[in-house]
Amino acid sequence: MVTPEDIKGWIEAGMTDCTVDCEGDGHHFEAVIVSPEFEGKSRIQQHQLVYGVLGDKMEAAIHALSMKTLTPDEALP
Amino acid sequence: MNIEDQLKEIVEGNDVVLFMKGSPDFPQCGFSGLATQILQQSEVRFASVDVLADNAVREGIKQYSNWPTIPQLYIKGEFIGGSDIIKEMFENGELKTKLEGVAT
Repeated sequence: MVTPEDIKGWIEAGMTDCTVDCEGDGHHFEAVIVSPEFEGKSRIQQHQLVYGVLGDKMEAAIHALSMKTLTPDEALP
Repeated sequence: MNIEDQLKEIVEGNDVVLFMKGSPDFPQCGFSGLATQILQQSEVRFASVDVLADNAVREGIKQYSNWPTIPQLYIKGEFIGGSDIIKEMFENGELKTKLEGVAT
């Protein structure tokens, strides 16, 4: 079974200076993803970037991933 | 007609179309249900396509917008996003703006 830590690891490994907070129950996951790679991109492009990093895992292992994508500036409290 | 042309016809032939799992009355997935609720609350008339009814559509629509998940919302031929983006745009009012001028 996929864990939130797996997803965190997969996304962080595939993106520059990326930090991920992920929660989930093995089927449905929620992730907050922060990376400078999101700068200047539309939300669709930001989510496509993450889907691209996850690749086949999105089909095979992850039933549903809800995500919020932020640039480092947007993530400041 | 190949599947891409069929999808193009559906997307461009309807002002608002939701590709979803199940139907608006009986959504088969929470995310498709959420997208349906948002469109219903927006009081807009929308077409829906049940991807579970046709595997070619299910796989084809993922290729069509390079987007691996369902639901997918299109307004006036433009890909708007999946459930996270639909929800965010509903909450910040962007969806309402996008839907202006669409027949209710």
